[in-house]
Amino acid sequence: MTPVVIDDTTLYAVLAPFAAAVVAPILTRWFKHNAAWPLAIVPALIFLHFAGFVGPVSEGKSFIAAKSWAPSYGINFSVYVDGLSTLFAMLISGIGTFIILYAGGYLKGHPQQGRFFSFLFMFMGSMLGLVLGNNLISLFIFWELTSVTSFLLIGFDHLRAASRRAAIQALVVTGGGGLALLAGFILIISATGEIEMSALLGSPEIIKNSGLYLPIFLLVLAGAFTKSAQFPFHFWLPNAMEAPTPVSAYLHSATMVKAGVYLLMRMQPVLGGTELWTTVLPLFGGITLLVGTILAVRQTDLKLMLAYTTVASLGLLVMLTGTSEVKALEGAVLYLLAHSLFKGALFMVAGTIDHEAGTRDITKLGGLRSAMPITFVAACLAALSMAGLPPFIGFVAKEVLYYGTWGWLEFWGLPLTLTALVGNALMFVIAAAVALKPFLGPKIETPKHAHEGPVLLFAGPVVLSVLGLGLALFTHTTGELLIAPTLASVSGTFVELDLHLWPTYIFGNVALYLSLITIGLGVILFTQINKLRNLIGLVLTAIGWGPDKGFDQFVAGIVGFSSWLTRRLQTGKMQTYMLVIFGFTALAVLVPAFLSNSLPAIPKVPDYRFYEWGILLIAVLGLIAVLIAKTRLTAIVSLGIQGFAVALIFMMFGAPDLAFTQFMVETLSVVILALVMTRLNLSPRDHRHAGNAVITGVVAAAVGLGLMLTLLAITQQPFDSRLSDFFTEYSRSIAHGRNIVNVILVDFRGFDTLGEIAVVVLAGLCVLALIRVRTKPDIPDETSSNETTQTQTAEAR
Amino acid sequence: MRTIIFRTIAPYLTALMVLFSIFVLLRGHNEPGGGFIGGLIAASALAIFGIACGVASVRRAIVFHPMSVAGFGLFIGALAGTLSFFKDQAFMTSQWLIFHIFDAEIALSTPLIFDIGVYLVVVGAIGSIALALEEREVD
Repeated sequence: MTPVVIDDTTLYAVLAPFAAAVVAPILTRWFKHNAAWPLAIVPALIFLHFAGFVGPVSEGKSFIAAKSWAPSYGINFSVYVDGLSTLFAMLISGIGTFIILYAGGYLKGHPQQGRFFSFLFMFMGSMLGLVLGNNLISLFIFWELTSVTSFLLIGFDHLRAASRRAAIQALVVTGGGGLALLAGFILIISATGEIEMSALLGSPEIIKNSGLYLPIFLLVLAGAFTKSAQFPFHFWLPNAMEAPTPVSAYLHSATMVKAGVYLLMRMQPVLGGTELWTTVLPLFGGITLLVGTILAVRQTDLKLMLAYTTVASLGLLVMLTGTSEVKALEGAVLYLLAHSLFKGALFMVAGTIDHEAGTRDITKLGGLRSAMPITFVAACLAALSMAGLPPFIGFVAKEVLYYGTWGWLEFWGLPLTLTALVGNALMFVIAAAVALKPFLGPKIETPKHAHEGPVLLFAGPVVLSVLGLGLALFTHTTGELLIAPTLASVSGTFVELDLHLWPTYIFGNVALYLSLITIGLGVILFTQINKLRNLIGLVLTAIGWGPDKGFDQFVAGIVGFSSWLTRRLQTGKMQTYMLVIFGFTALAVLVPAFLSNSLPAIPKVPDYRFYEWGILLIAVLGLIAVLIAKTRLTAIVSLGIQGFAVALIFMMFGAPDLAFTQFMVETLSVVILALVMTRLNLSPRDHRHAGNAVITGVVAAAVGLGLMLTLLAITQQPFDSRLSDFFTEYSRSIAHGRNIVNVILVDFRGFDTLGEIAVVVLAGLCVLALIRVRTKPDIPDETSSNETTQTQTAEAR
Repeated sequence: MRTIIFRTIAPYLTALMVLFSIFVLLRGHNEPGGGFIGGLIAASALAIFGIACGVASVRRAIVFHPMSVAGFGLFIGALAGTLSFFKDQAFMTSQWLIFHIFDAEIALSTPLIFDIGVYLVVVGAIGSIALALEEREVD
């Protein structure tokens, strides 16, 4: 069915969180942590907006809306609303509502709470833009925005080195994957000519038949695997637990890390079903599932245990998506929903325990049930869903996914099922440990006197975990409204669902048997959890190397290589740099002119007025003064005189803007060069050997001659006035401005200027950094070389 | 450089230069001028004030770190381009609001906002370099 075009409300719904990000710091200044209440209205409204799509989408409809962004490149800001994106948008905004509340309670009294809200909202908007994105380029931009905002959130506590490292690591891994994704998207666009996702989904065979399937597949996979922390890129996710808990609960369980899974599910109809897809995805997904659960058991930190099971769950989802088989995909969709609910809730529980008891080390916690009864109930409900016990949505998901894996291909169904079985049993162990250990048993004294958290803290876990129960109790409705439309998007065909909370038959029900085995295995392993933990610890010590360490080695390698290269290429002497640059400039302008024999004709002596000659004379005198100046300061000022004279020439020959700018640039150059001089404590005189001076003199003369010849040659060409005619004609009528130069700068070619001011800001930052560096003696040389670059940038304008 | 004459005149000179820079910025669309030149004038005003009265007083006077000023300029420069979104036009399509007060035509436009962004970028970037250089070693 072709998508229906709707009005722009959905586009504004995607942008609303960005507006909230602007308002959040102000509200937080007024209402302190209670700002969470009004702020949470924004995601709640977004949730309601997308909830309105559930009905039509479950009837098989889909919707698009678009606004043009850079239409000449086919780039639009467009959304595509179907089952999959509706489910994701509801998860993002719904869980987001409670995360905002939770952040209000968790960071109560934190001086930067407003900033934190701001980052969270920016992330929320990026994530919505990602899952709803229809245009591949805007999808990519939102994809990278999630990486950037997650960098800000992980590094929120930026005074700690561990936070900074984790933030940079996450940015390098996910941002790098994002670049691969961009390459993949560009290949898709050039191979198919389509830039909108809806158009691709409309003709599912178009990429598979394009001949570029393999590179596209690999590049998209690189993006999805890094984002969704698949082995061997899984290491950034546990490190990201350095972030405050609301971030972990939001980004690293329910939303951002699911972006990769989202992309794979979204592209399943167009990329899936091939031999490559059904080999690579289940393989890496399966490995990730096993690695994640095994590493999770080893941890004693509540958040790290949850983080590794998140890695495992993502592996499970990728594995199921990789089967390209309807029943397994149904399991994946159900598990996706279940996981977002229980993992979000459990993360918030872990944060509440940490917040109220002062530690989240599971061996130092115990007997909190009477102190924190509400949190305990929420933890139990969520853990039951995670363990896959009835009557929770996690159970329904597990049943369906066992059906799916068992029924998949004759031979490969078995190892897949076994992988899922071991993974789920270990997941059961973690669920039990997280929910039971801190609350049951003898009371252990904790660093803080534990008591129940405020409503802001327990609202989220309670609602999410109860939802896990509620959605399962109304299985049929859940299936019809949420699961079936999503499955339709993922599998590419609409399927009637037959979901049951309780198994309808017992004998020969493979999934039920597998569930029973899972639970049995889980119980046995849980009783042996300490032994298991030690055993895994021993094995890991024996291996001694992991991708996390590999990342450090990788970064150290890059740094080593570039400093080696820098030492080879950079002498650190500005004179050498200048000599090389100007030497090559001279060659570049002179050699082609002589080779092609296109030297300009000697011009006649122009008929200037006497004052024009006078100003030319001043310029020449300024130059001579530079050459004969005894001290450097005199030379600098003399150079300024020459510059002023040139500015006057500009003025007289009808370029007031240029003259104006030249005046200012000359003034500032003199001031800044003089300041650099005093700052660097250079000797006031120039002590160079005569030979050295001859070489620089020759190079300087060559450059001057070359540029002069080039200019003469250019002015002797017939003048092509098309552009200037265009600007003269339209500057007043279209752009409402009489100053053509300015109109070109800020309007006709405003985008160039945007790039240029970005360069100016960056150059300023670099110069500032170099001025502040004072450790090495050879650095000041580079400072002044950058200074010149800066001035040249200005002059280029 | 801190002679008494220079120190007495510098604040007035700076004030005049900043005022002039804003004048140049605003008239830029029709007469010679614009954000870039205006920014350069304002940056040199800051530099003069810094040489005369010390960098600390400049930093106090402009409240924000000059680099933040530059960053803010870049931000509103980019923001000016996005306003066309609401009229369903491509990024950086200029938008005009022209109204008349006492026979004078007042034109507010996104290119003007953009030009103010350019102005702030130049003041901030050049100003922060100049100020950093003027600051003596304070280890």
